[in-house]
This record gives sequence, C-alpha cells and structure tokens, in this order.
Amino acid sequence: MKQGVDPDDLTRPFWEAANEGRLVIQYCADCDRLQHPPGRTCHACGSGDTLQWRQVSGRGRIYNYGVVHDCPIRLLQEDQPFNAAVVTLEEDPGIQMYSHLPGTPVDEVPVGEAVEVVFEATANGQKVPEWRVAGAQR
Amino acid sequence: MARGGRAAMSTPAPASVYRSGEGLGLWEHRGKVAAVGIGHSPTARRWDGKPANSVGGISLAALRGAIEDSGVDPADVDGLVMDPTTTTGAFWPQGKPLPWDAINAYERTDDPLDGITRLSAEWMLKNMPELTGVQFTRYGMGCMSSAICVAAQAVGDGRTHTCLVLKSWHNLEGRYYQGGANAGNAIPGSSAIRSLWGTPACFGTAVQFAEYCRKYGKSHDMMAPFIENSRNNGLKFPEGYWAQHRPEEITPEDYKAARWIAKPANLFDNDMPIMVSAAYLFTTAERARQLKQKPVYILNHASSRTRPRSLTPTLDEVEEDTARTARKIYEGAGITAADLSFENMYDGFALFHQFHIEGLGYRGIKFGEALDFYQTDISIGGPNPVSPSGGNIGCGRSRFWMHTDCIQQIQRRASSRQVTGVKPEVAVSGGPMPLGGNFTVWSSTPG
Repeated sequence: MKQGVDPDDLTRPFWEAANEGRLVIQYCADCDRLQHPPGRTCHACGSGDTLQWRQVSGRGRIYNYGVVHDCPIRLLQEDQPFNAAVVTLEEDPGIQMYSHLPGTPVDEVPVGEAVEVVFEATANGQKVPEWRVAGAQR
Repeated sequence: MARGGRAAMSTPAPASVYRSGEGLGLWEHRGKVAAVGIGHSPTARRWDGKPANSVGGISLAALRGAIEDSGVDPADVDGLVMDPTTTTGAFWPQGKPLPWDAINAYERTDDPLDGITRLSAEWMLKNMPELTGVQFTRYGMGCMSSAICVAAQAVGDGRTHTCLVLKSWHNLEGRYYQGGANAGNAIPGSSAIRSLWGTPACFGTAVQFAEYCRKYGKSHDMMAPFIENSRNNGLKFPEGYWAQHRPEEITPEDYKAARWIAKPANLFDNDMPIMVSAAYLFTTAERARQLKQKPVYILNHASSRTRPRSLTPTLDEVEEDTARTARKIYEGAGITAADLSFENMYDGFALFHQFHIEGLGYRGIKFGEALDFYQTDISIGGPNPVSPSGGNIGCGRSRFWMHTDCIQQIQRRASSRQVTGVKPEVAVSGGPMPLGGNFTVWSSTPG
C-alpha cells in the first residue's frame, strides 16, 4: 500500500484531479511546454505567472524500469520486490511519471509498450495516477 | 570574520563562484592555487556517543591534521571553506534526549546539535582557538567537491591566502533513510510526486544503467572488475573505512551474487554511510613553494548545474551533460583527455562511474565503451588506472577519497596505492552526480 498523500498548495490541483479520475500536468503557456514535477516557476523560462494545469490523455509508454528489493518506505516493504517503472506521456515523451505497473509481473516489464493511466487509492484514500499496460485486464 | 566566539554566521558561496558555463576560457587562476596539506579523521560506521568521535570532534582532528601536514603556522590560516551539512541520511530522532555530554564537551553555538548532526563555521572557529587569523569563511554546499571549487576560487581571487577546506559526515544508529517521513502513513503532496513509489536512492542511477545496457548491449556482470578494482584500491587507502575496519576483498563472484537493492543496482553498487572527516589546506602557488609538502597545483575547477527535464535523467541527458562537463574541465585547465595521468571521478553509486569517464573520453573511450574498458587492466599498476582512490565503493561514503588520492598520487605519497604504470602528473576528480557536480584538475606543475 502506498503512503497517503497530504496535498499542498503547489500540487493540490494534481491530487484533486486524480480524485476525479483525471490526469493533469503543469503547463507553461508562454513556453507551450509541460513540466513535471510541478514547480513554483517554469523550469524553462522562470516565470511563475504563466503556469496552468492541463489535462492530458492518460496514455504513455514504458520508458525504463527497475525492480525495488530494498525499499525505504515502511508501508511498501511488505510488497517487495516490486516494479518501479518510468512512464513517459504520449503528449510529451520528455515528461515522466513513476509507476508500479499494477498487473505486470515483477521484472517482466515490457519496455516501450503502451500504458494507460488508472487511479489507485493510497493509505489515506487520496487517489494517485498509476499505469497499466494498455489492453491488460483490470 | 573574527576568530573563535566572535565568528559571524557564514553563508553559502554564490552561484557565480562556480564555473558552470561553457566557453569561459582558461581559468584565470590556473596554476596559481595549490593544495599543500591533507588531514583525515579516523572512520567509524556510526557515532559511538563519545565527544571526540562526534562530527565536530572528528572535524577538529581533520583540520589539525591538514595544518600539521602542511607545516603552516595555525595563526597564518586566514580562510575556512566547508559544508555545514553532515548527514549521510541520519537525523537526530525527534524526541530523543540530546547528547549533552558531547555537546558540552565543546564550545557551543546557539544550536545544540551543531557539532553533532550539522557543523557551522562558527562552531569550528569557537573550538579552534589557535586559528587567530581567519577572516574569510564560506560554505560550499553538498560535498567536498563544491567546497574545493569555492576555496580554490577564493584563494585565486585573493580573498584568503591560506585556506582550510573541510567536509565531514555523521552517521547515527538505524537503517539508512528508514525513519522520518519514510516511516509515516502520509507525506506532503510535493514529495509524493517522487517518493510514493518507494524508490531507494540508487534508483535513478539504476534505471540509467539499465538503459545504458539496453542501448549498448552490456550487462551488469561487466561491472565486476570495476568493483573488484575499487575495493582493492580502497584496501590500500589507510584512511578508508574498509581498510581500517573490514579488510574484505570483493571478488567477481561476491559481486554477482550480492542482493539487489533496486535491480540492476545491487548491494556493492551502493556505498556505505560512515562517519569521517577530511580537510585540505590550499594556498597560493608562491606560498606553497615555501612549505614542506610538494604543491599540487589546481589548473581548473568546473561545475555542472544541469537539471533533468523531468523526474530522473535519461541516458541522453546524462551523456550530453558529461560531455559538456568534460569540455568545461579541459577548456579551463588548458588540457585534453590525453593529458590525464589517471582519473578519479566519483563512484557512489558505482553504476554511474562509467558515465563520468565516457564523458571525459578517458583513454579515448567513447559512450558505451567503458564496461569493455573495465575488462582490461584498470589497476594502479597498469597504464590506465581507473579510480585509484577506490572511491566510495572502496573506502566508504565520503565523496572525497578521489580528491585526497589525486593530491597524494601527484605528491607521490599514496603509499601502496601509488600508481606505477603512469607518471602521476595531471588528474581530474569530482562529482557527485553526472548531472550536477563539481570537478577539479590537479597538476604536478603550475601548467
């Protein structure tokens, strides 16, 4: 089970959208560029006034992965070993999100395969974006 | 700043001190600053509660060692550059009684944990009354690599002529990064974006290495000679943890059988947190020639401040930046890769050392070739020494063995670790990460 999440000012729109089943990513209108993780300012132009949240499709690809055998998070230790994948978004392959790839056997991760977002409840009920291999049974 | 007791608060060096841009040309102080003294504390796995072994106590030992080694009169020291952060991931547990015996064994600052789990310049100067002339203090944040850049620039700029450079680490009881927020049931939203998936510290490097192996057709087993070499070199480093406490070699079989931390990073790809402190004494080239140790001249310092686009650097980002860093290193020093007698780039985690040396083009290797290079003679006795210090893998986590080793090798006092297959004339050391590090070029001559 993932730790719960206490949304803070910077990331509240991300977490609220997740509870509504939507994936939103911070976006700089001046640079026409997504950024993740979110920041107080645009990582490219430095502006703080041009940042918005933009809903994305929830489609992506598995870019890379490792298998965690020695996890520092207490609540996750009983699930070891588990996949930890880097997923990139269809809209912008430069934007990464992490995933446990629910439904994918440990260390049998199909790098390059398409994935779709799902929303998973954490320890305090806050939902978090997760990713499943596209077409895999839910 | 005045000495002991009256020391003002020190501040981090401004970003402008670091040579992080390309096209800066030769470093304006090339060959005009030199390292002339080294001091190391003993190592320990964790603090035993004794005042002399606290992070403050071991820092005093390292600084005094560097002064003695250089032959400088303590009253002539007029600068101190250090990192105030000392944690290896261990923090004083909330609610645990403070260690007053150790705290009160020294002159205190307003913060009782100063000297225990952090370290200010103010604390150091209060407890070194022999340093009567220090008028310049500055923080180089993160590790010795940044402190060296700050000190070298300060000496070159004339802000200090005899400057101590200090980095210290504390480690307490308990498992690495297992307490605090990681033991809680909920975390703040900003940190959850990265932390919710439970990836250990080596994860980013592990997945970069996985990408590297896929791209170039390499395997984790090919790292075994590097690990074996690093530990062998570390066991010849009398200041190191493994040499002092656990003189154990790592065979290729040990390495391949080690448990995974975040596959493809295993136990031996990770370094071990320890308590340790090191100090150097830098001075001007002119003064250095009057002192008892052979001067080791600094030809350049260079830095990377590149941030990844998203959560963790891709291999493309790593390769682009290590190549950029190498151009900065060479340009400022007025050298090429062919001038390097050996390399001492950072290795904690072992799985990124190859990124550093491929970026450097060490011995002409290109991207994707380092693991094949590791299968050749990379020992201190051969023509292509790799990490002769043994690094963090061979000596424990400090992020400074490589700097000490460069100085000692060029001074020809690296004892049984002395390189014999090459003449130790020019070397490069630095780190930590391939994206975001600080690097120094050392030389037996001013250039």
